[in-house]
Amino acid sequence: MSIRDRLSGNEAIAHAMRQINPDVFAAFPITPSTEIPQYFAQYVANGLVDTEFVAVESEHSSMSACVGAEAAGARAVTATSSCGLAFMYEMLYVAASARLPITLACVNRTLTGPININNDHSDSMGARDTGWIQLYAENNQEAYDNYLQAMRIAETPDVRLPIMICQDGFITSHAVENILLEEDDAVKAFVGTYRPENALIGRDNPLAVGPYDTCPYCMEHKVQMAEAMKNAKRAVLDVAADFEKTFGRKYGFFEEYRMEDAEVALVLIGSTAGTAKACVDLLRAQGVKAGLVKIRVFRPFPMEELAAALAHTKAVAVMDKSEGNSASGGPLFAEVRSACYDLENRPALIDVVYGLAGRDCAVEDVERVYRRLLTIAETGEIGPRYVHMGQRSTQEEVL
Amino acid sequence: MSQSFRNISEQSAWQELTPGGEIYEGGTAKAYKTGEWRSNVPVWDPTVCKQCLLCAPFCPDSAIPVQDRKRLDFDLDHCKGCGICWKVCPFQAIRMEQEVRE
Repeated sequence: MSIRDRLSGNEAIAHAMRQINPDVFAAFPITPSTEIPQYFAQYVANGLVDTEFVAVESEHSSMSACVGAEAAGARAVTATSSCGLAFMYEMLYVAASARLPITLACVNRTLTGPININNDHSDSMGARDTGWIQLYAENNQEAYDNYLQAMRIAETPDVRLPIMICQDGFITSHAVENILLEEDDAVKAFVGTYRPENALIGRDNPLAVGPYDTCPYCMEHKVQMAEAMKNAKRAVLDVAADFEKTFGRKYGFFEEYRMEDAEVALVLIGSTAGTAKACVDLLRAQGVKAGLVKIRVFRPFPMEELAAALAHTKAVAVMDKSEGNSASGGPLFAEVRSACYDLENRPALIDVVYGLAGRDCAVEDVERVYRRLLTIAETGEIGPRYVHMGQRSTQEEVL
Repeated sequence: MSQSFRNISEQSAWQELTPGGEIYEGGTAKAYKTGEWRSNVPVWDPTVCKQCLLCAPFCPDSAIPVQDRKRLDFDLDHCKGCGICWKVCPFQAIRMEQEVRE
């Protein structure tokens, strides 16, 4: 039986961690993820878990500690945000290339600068090429559910890649919402025990991890990683299917909201989906065929599936909550646009960079995007493909 | 059963390599012939050598085998030609020469 409760996103993640009782938790505090290790330290102090809690001196060290622990055969977890994730950068690659299925709770916050603590996706988007699996949540429930599925996906033998469970800083991490929690025993049974085939601990089976990889071998190992990420697509769906069977809540690569006959659609990530759904309902009531695709799994990127979901639309706006500084659009836009290239009848595609550093995005902002898509669908004139929304300006902006 | 490094070579396909380059045995450095990196080679003169054994513990690569309390000739599969043995030898029983490869 699910338990009805009300928790913040950070509490939900800490609660999931307590239920899973991982072997090692190494963390350094950073806003807005600080509460996760803070709550967890209380669980440790109160004897609710027997996790080895390591208070380290930096995020580079927290990820290093996780690498060592996971290689030793332990289930290692951490939590971080923004500059903390950036400080881990080197070790993120080490974790992925050593094929260590570490779980990281990422509470998305913008990257400096100028220094700011509010939400956007620039931190985890910067880590998108590291070889980590990335799952994103719209709300506290999804953050909790994604966390319960994380280890099984990451630890799948033909995957063996670390996983990042992302949620929007403050918007999701600090807002208290209704949530369905699962019972401790049911969670433990679902997540299972980590039994790696090889581990540093144990005399009988020696193991060396992360050796120097010379030119004749290193490319082969990178190909292995790329294949593992492809395998992760299957693992994500397998675990989601079992999760639905066990707990009744359904997950996939992305959520399609009123997409069945949609002519104009948004593609976005995270908590803005709630705002956009309200806008879709509003527009549908006026007879506008509006739809929404909310990306849950960004790595591996569900290219074919996403293209199929958008195939029947006329105009699509990709909403990027991070600035790729590529002069040609944000990271989500690049991926979605590339996914649609193979479609016979491609929809018109624009990129809207919004919500940077915590800039608010309300229903009426989302509605302006849909109205622009309707104009594009009607006139066939796309106009500027890459625009920002929500900034003050001395000139009239597109949105 | 996990793949032994002995079955892996520069001809192995990516499918045949261990995940992340993991190695499932100890003492594998012995099989890796780092002597190829050498540009200078130490030459030992046993007629001058007093078997004081100062050279052997100074060797960073364990490339001076010692048997029955006596050093043997260099293990050139692992000697990198650093010259530390030549420097520490009190009797000039070791000289460094230019490595010549065919």
